[in-house]
Amino acid sequence: MQFNSFSDFINMGSYGFYVWLSYGAAAVILTFLLIKSKSGHLHTMKQIAKRKHREDKLREARELRKKQSHNKAETSTEQSSTQTSTVTSTPTNKALNEVTE
Amino acid sequence: MWKFLHPYANPETTYHFTNKLLPWLTALAALFLSIGLVWALLFAPADYQQGDSFRIFYVHVPAASLSMGIYVSMAIAALCSLVWQLKLADASAAAMAPVGAAFTAIALITGAAWGKPMWGTWWIWDARLTSELILLFLYLGVIALHNAFEDKNLAGKAAGILTLVGVINIPIIKYSVDWWNTLHQGSTVSKLGKPSMSLDMLWPFIFCFIGFALLAGVIICLRFRNEILARNSIRPWVRQLVEKQLA
Amino acid sequence: MNPRRKKRLAIVATILIGLGVVSGFVLYALSQNIDLFFTPSEITQGKKDTGLKPSIGQRIRIGGLVVPGSVKRDPESLKVSFKLSDMTMPIVFNDSDPMVTVYYEGILPDLFREGQGIVANGTLTEHPPTGLSIEASEVLAKHDENYMPAELAEAAGQKHEKAGYSAKQLENK
Repeated sequence: MQFNSFSDFINMGSYGFYVWLSYGAAAVILTFLLIKSKSGHLHTMKQIAKRKHREDKLREARELRKKQSHNKAETSTEQSSTQTSTVTSTPTNKALNEVTE
Repeated sequence: MWKFLHPYANPETTYHFTNKLLPWLTALAALFLSIGLVWALLFAPADYQQGDSFRIFYVHVPAASLSMGIYVSMAIAALCSLVWQLKLADASAAAMAPVGAAFTAIALITGAAWGKPMWGTWWIWDARLTSELILLFLYLGVIALHNAFEDKNLAGKAAGILTLVGVINIPIIKYSVDWWNTLHQGSTVSKLGKPSMSLDMLWPFIFCFIGFALLAGVIICLRFRNEILARNSIRPWVRQLVEKQLA
Repeated sequence: MNPRRKKRLAIVATILIGLGVVSGFVLYALSQNIDLFFTPSEITQGKKDTGLKPSIGQRIRIGGLVVPGSVKRDPESLKVSFKLSDMTMPIVFNDSDPMVTVYYEGILPDLFREGQGIVANGTLTEHPPTGLSIEASEVLAKHDENYMPAELAEAAGQKHEKAGYSAKQLENK
C-alpha cells in the first residue's frame, strides 16, 4: 500500500485533481458507452417488433381489401369470374403449376 | 481454405455465439480491470520524477494503444466487407467505430490531464498529439457515414473507404515520436532492448491493459449483436427471436 | 477467388497503394516542418539536411537538455536563465557542445531540473554576454519514457526534487 490514509489517497501527492480527472473521465465515457450498447439490444428488438406489427397490419389490410374487391367482382360480374376459373383449371395450366411448384 | 469459417458467416450462428461469449468476456474484463486498477492506484510505486501523477499512465497508455488497435481491426473488417462483401464484417466495423472513438477520446483527455502538471501545458500541436486528434476525427467521420445512409450496404461502403484511407494515420501516430522532435516521450512498453520500467510498475500495467482490451471486446460484442439484429430484421429467425424475447 | 472479387480487390489495392505513395510524398515534404522544435545545434549551425537556420527575432521553439550548473535563479523574482544543449544518448555534457541560453520569467514546470529535457517557446535574440539566446514566454518539460520507483532512483543516484518558490519570489510576480 502506497498511502497512509484515505485523504492521502485522494490527494495523490498533490496531483489528485489530474489523476481523478483522468480516471473519472475514462469511467464516465466507458460506463456511458457500455450502458448504451447494452440497452441497445432491447431497443433494437422493440424496433423490430414495432416494424413487424406495422407490416402485419398492412398485410391484413391488403388481404381484407383483396377479399372485398373479390367479393364485389363475384357479385357484379359473375360470368367473367367463372370464365377465369375455367381458364385456370384447364389441364395445361394445371400441369404448368405443378412444374413450377 | 476458409471453409471452417463459413458457419460464422451465418448471422444467426454468429449472433448466438456472441451471446454465449458475452458473460465470459464480461467476467474476465471485470476481474482483470478490478485487479489492475486497484494495483495501479493503491500498490504501484510512484515515479521518482512524476510522483503520483504517473498513475495516469495506467489509463492513458492502454486507451491510446487500444484506439490504434481497434482502428486496425476496423480497417481489416472494412477490407473484408469491401472485397468479399461479407455483411457481418461490415456489421463488426460499425460496432467497433464508437468504441474506438471512446478510447481515442479517453487517451486525449487523460493525456491532457497528465500533460498539464508534467509538461506545463494541456495541449501542444506536436506530431503525436495532432495525429491522435486526427484519429478521433476519422472515427467520428466513420460513425457519421455509417449513420448517414438509409441503405446499410451503401453506408458500409462509404465508411469502409474512409476507414481504409485513414489507415495511413496509424503508422504516423506510432512512429511520430521517433520520426520527429515531439514533446511527447517515446514509447515505454513496446520498446525493444533495455526495459524502461521496473517490474512492480509493469505488472499492474499488464493487468490494466488486458482488462481494458477485454472491456473493449465486451462493448464491441454488445454492439455487434445489436447490429446483426438490426441488419437482419426481416429474417424469420430474428422475428421469432424478438417474439420470444419480448413475450 | 472469382473474377469480380479479384477486380474489386485490385481496385481497392490500387487506391490504397496510390494513397500510400501520395501520403509518403506529403510526409516527406512536410518532414522538416512537423518538427516541434529546433535543437541548440540546429540554431547555431542550421538543420542537418537543409541547412535551414532560424534568424534573429524569429519566434521559435527550442528543445534540449538543461546543462547542469547553468541554472541561475534570481532570489527576488521569478526570473531564471539556463543553458540548453542537444539531447543525445547517452547523456554527456561537454563545454564544446553548441549551447543556447534561455531567459524566462515565470513558474517552471514540476519536472524542471538539471539534465532534464525542456522545450521553450520564445524569440531568438543576440544577447551580449551569452550569444544566441531565447527570450522564452513558455517553458515546457519533456520527460523521457523511463519510469522508476523513487527508492530505485535514489539507489541509482537520481533523485528529483521539484523547484520550490519562496513567498517573496511569488509575490513579485
